[in-house]
Amino acid sequence: MGSWLDYTINGLIIGNIYALVAVGLALIFGVSHLINFAHGSVYAVGAYVGWACFTYLHLPLPLTALAVIIVCGGLGIAIERIGLRPLAGAPRIAPLLATIGISLVLDQLLQIAFTPDPRALPSPLPNWRISLGGGTIGALDLLIAATGLVSAGVLYFFLRFTKLGWAVRATAQDRDAARQMGVDTDAVNRAVFAIASALGGLSGLLVGMYFNHIDPAMSFQATLKGVVAQVIGGMGNVPGAIAGSLLLGLTESYGVALFGSSYRNLFSFVLLLLILVLRPNGLFASARVTPPEPMTGTFVAPSRVLRIPPWAVGLALAAAVVLPLLPNIAYMLQVMTNAWLMAMLAISLTLVAGTLGQVSLGHAALLLLGAYASALLALDSGWPIWASVPAAGVLTSVIGTALAAPAFRLRSHYVSIATLGIGEIVSLVILNWESLTRGPMGVTNIPPLAIGKLELDSPQAAYWASLAVLVVLALLQSRLLRSHLGRTFRAIRDDDVAARAYGVSLDRYKGIGFAFAGFGAGVSGAIAAHLYSYINNETFTSTVSITALTMVILGGMGNLLGAIVGAVALTALPEMFRGTAEYRMLIYGVVLLLIRFRPQGVLGTV
Amino acid sequence: MSLLEAKGIVRSFGGVHAVAGVDVAIAQGEFLSIIGPNGAGKTTLFNLLSGHDVPDRGSVRFAGREITGWAPERIAGLGLARTYQHGRVLGNLSVRDNILVGAHHRLRAARPRLPGLGALAELVTALIHPPSVVREEAALADEVARIAALFGDRLTPRLEQPAYSLSYANRRRVEIARALALHPRLLLLDEPTAGMNESETAEMTTIIGGLKAEGHTILLIEHKLDLVMRLSDRVIAMDDGQIIAEGPPEAVRANPAVIEAYLGHRELGGEAVA
Repeated sequence: MGSWLDYTINGLIIGNIYALVAVGLALIFGVSHLINFAHGSVYAVGAYVGWACFTYLHLPLPLTALAVIIVCGGLGIAIERIGLRPLAGAPRIAPLLATIGISLVLDQLLQIAFTPDPRALPSPLPNWRISLGGGTIGALDLLIAATGLVSAGVLYFFLRFTKLGWAVRATAQDRDAARQMGVDTDAVNRAVFAIASALGGLSGLLVGMYFNHIDPAMSFQATLKGVVAQVIGGMGNVPGAIAGSLLLGLTESYGVALFGSSYRNLFSFVLLLLILVLRPNGLFASARVTPPEPMTGTFVAPSRVLRIPPWAVGLALAAAVVLPLLPNIAYMLQVMTNAWLMAMLAISLTLVAGTLGQVSLGHAALLLLGAYASALLALDSGWPIWASVPAAGVLTSVIGTALAAPAFRLRSHYVSIATLGIGEIVSLVILNWESLTRGPMGVTNIPPLAIGKLELDSPQAAYWASLAVLVVLALLQSRLLRSHLGRTFRAIRDDDVAARAYGVSLDRYKGIGFAFAGFGAGVSGAIAAHLYSYINNETFTSTVSITALTMVILGGMGNLLGAIVGAVALTALPEMFRGTAEYRMLIYGVVLLLIRFRPQGVLGTV
Repeated sequence: MSLLEAKGIVRSFGGVHAVAGVDVAIAQGEFLSIIGPNGAGKTTLFNLLSGHDVPDRGSVRFAGREITGWAPERIAGLGLARTYQHGRVLGNLSVRDNILVGAHHRLRAARPRLPGLGALAELVTALIHPPSVVREEAALADEVARIAALFGDRLTPRLEQPAYSLSYANRRRVEIARALALHPRLLLLDEPTAGMNESETAEMTTIIGGLKAEGHTILLIEHKLDLVMRLSDRVIAMDDGQIIAEGPPEAVRANPAVIEAYLGHRELGGEAVA
C-alpha cells in the first residue's frame, strides 16, 4: 500500500504543476475564448530565464522567480498585443493560428539562443526530505504545492474582491455588455494575459527544477497537458482547471504504476478523448446544457478566390515534369520530392480543415499510419511495393476515419484539441506496440519504391513517381470538390445546424471527407517510408501537422492549388537559405502571423 | 389525420419553462400561424418540432411516424423544411449552392443510405460522375432556376454570388428558396419578413400566399398581424410557453387574453393590434 501512497503523492505533485499551466490557459480562454497555444512557450521561456538567472547572475531563488514573473508577464502582454487584439474582427480561426505562430517563433528563438540540447536546472533549495508512508516529500515538492495553493488563493481574491477582477469576470461572461458598461476589455485582456503568463513562466521554472532538466521541446508538452487538464475541468473554468490537473496527474501516475513510464502520455490523451466524447463540457458542467460554441459564426474568412487559368497550371506542371532533365539537380530533386509528399499531405488537410471546416492538428498521424502500414506489409508480409503503397492508403483511410470518428460530434476548437490528442495517441501506440511495430527501434531496411522489377531508386524516378501520385490525387480531389460532396462539405463547414436541417448527416459526410483525406495522406506516408528506408514513431511529429496547416493557410483554406503552392513554397524556400535550416520553424511562425494581413491565404478560401 | 401532431410538449431551460405543455396539430394543406410576444416560446417550439432540440416531455408525430428525439437530418428526410428567425444561409456558398443544399435529401447521388458501404458508394459515384448524376444535376439546375424565379428578379441575377454578399432581405429569400428545394410536406417559416420594409413585406406576403395556393402545408411564426390575418386558416397565440388562444384569425385577434399578452408586455409586434 505504501507504494500506492507514493504514486498518489507523486500524481498530486505533477497535477499541481499542470495546474499552474492550466489555470493560465483557463483564465485566457475565459475572457477571450481562445486556446493560447503559445502558453507552453511562455512556460519554456520561464524555465530558461530561470536558468540564465541562476547560471549567469547567480541570483537567489526569490529574485529569480521575480525575474521570471516580470519577463513572462511582459511576454504575455506582447502576445495579447500581437496575437489577439489586432485579430478582434477577423474570422475566429485567426487568433488560434496566430498563437500557434507565436509559439513556433518563441520555441525557435529559444533553440537559437540556448541550442536544442537539454540543460540541467539544479534546484537551489536545501536537500532535506520528510518520510511519508513508503516515500518522501522534499522541499521542492512543498514549494510547488505552496505555489499552486498560494496562486489559486491570490487569484480567487483578485477575481472576487478587486475591481479589475470583477471586470475580468464580467468580460468573461459577456464581452459586449462589459464594454458597454465602461469596462476597458483591452486592459482586462492585457491583465489576464500578464497574470496567466507569469504563472506559466513560474511553473516552467519550478518544473525545470523538479526534473533538473530543461529543453525547448518542453513547451509543446506543457501546452498539451494544460489543454487536457482544462478540457477535463471544463474550458475556461478556473477551479475546474485545477481539479482537472490533479485528476490528470493522478491518472498518469497510476497509469505509470500499472504499465510503465512510456504509457504516461497515452493515459492523458485517452482521458482527453474520453472526456471530449462523453462530457464535452468538462466533468463539472451539467450534462443537459447545449455544448458551448467557442467560435460561432463563419469559421473561415469569406473571400474571392484567385482563379488560376488552366494554361498556367499546365505550364507549371510541364515545368515540374521536365525539371529532372536539367543537369546537376540531384539535391534540388530531393527537396522537390519532399515538397510533393508534403503537398499530398497539404491537399488532404485542406480538404478536412478548409472544405469540411474540421481543423485537424494531428494530420501527421496519417503519415505515420501510412508509412508503417506499407513498410510492415512489404517487410513482414512480403507484399510488392506497388501493392503495399495503395493498401497503406486504404488502411490509413479506414483506421484514420475510425480514430477521428469520436471527434465528429465536436465543433471548432474541440475538433482541433481532439485531433491533436488522437495524433499523439497514434504515435504512442506505435511506440508501445512492439510486437507489431518494433517499438522505439523503428523499422529499418524498408525496400525502395518499385513497380514489379523496375526499381525507382534514382532521385529522378522517386521525383516523377511522387509527382505522378500527387497529380492523380489532386485530380480526384478536384472532381470530388465539383460533385455534390464538395457542396455538402462546405455546407457543414459554414453552418452544421442548417446543413443537418436539410438532411445532411454530419457523421456520414465527415466520415467520407476523412476517408478520402486519409487515403491521400496514407499514400504520402507510405512513399516517404520507402524513400527514407527507416521510420520510427517520431518520423512525423505534431510539428509536421503544424507545418501542413501552415501550408494550407498560406495557400487558402480549402484551396487545392493553394495547398500545393503552400507546400512547395514552405518546403523549397527554407532550402534556398541553406545552412539556415534552424530558421525553418521561425519562417512558419512568421507566415502564421502574417494571416493578419491576408486571412484568406494567397489564393483565397474556397 | 393530422400531418403533424405535437402533444403535451415541455422544454425548460434552467428554471424557465420555455414551452410548458403545448399541443399543436396541423392538417394537410392547412395554413397555421403562431403569434405571441417575444419570449413566448415560439422559436423553441419550432426547434422541438424540427429536431434541433429534444422535448423534456411530450411527443411529436409527423407524417404518420413518431419522431420525438429524432435527429434533424432524419426529420428533414421525411419532408419537413424550416427557415430560421435570424437566418442561417451558408455564407461562403453561392446562392445556387445554398438552394441545392435544400435538395440534398432527394439526391440519388447521395444514396444508398446504408451506413459505411453506402457512404463509400456515394464517394465512388461522386468521383466517377456517371451520366445518371449528370442528368440529375441538369434537372436540379432547372429546378433551382424555377424556384429562384418565384422571387422575381431578386435572386435570379445573383445565383452565382456568395450568400454573404447578399442583403438581409435577400438572405431571407434564399432561406425560403432552400426550404422549397426540399419539396417539403410541411414548411416551417420563422418570421420570414423580419427586418423587411413595407413593400418587401407585401412582396413576401404575395409569395407565401402563392405557396399556400399551390397547396403547401405551412406553419408560420410571424409578428406582422396583417400578413397573419390575410393568409391563415387558423391562428395560435402563445405567451409564457403556453397556448392562450386558438381558432380562426379574427377570433384570436379579438381575444382579450391575446390583447393583454401583447399590451402587458408593452410589445406590439410589427403592427398595431386592433
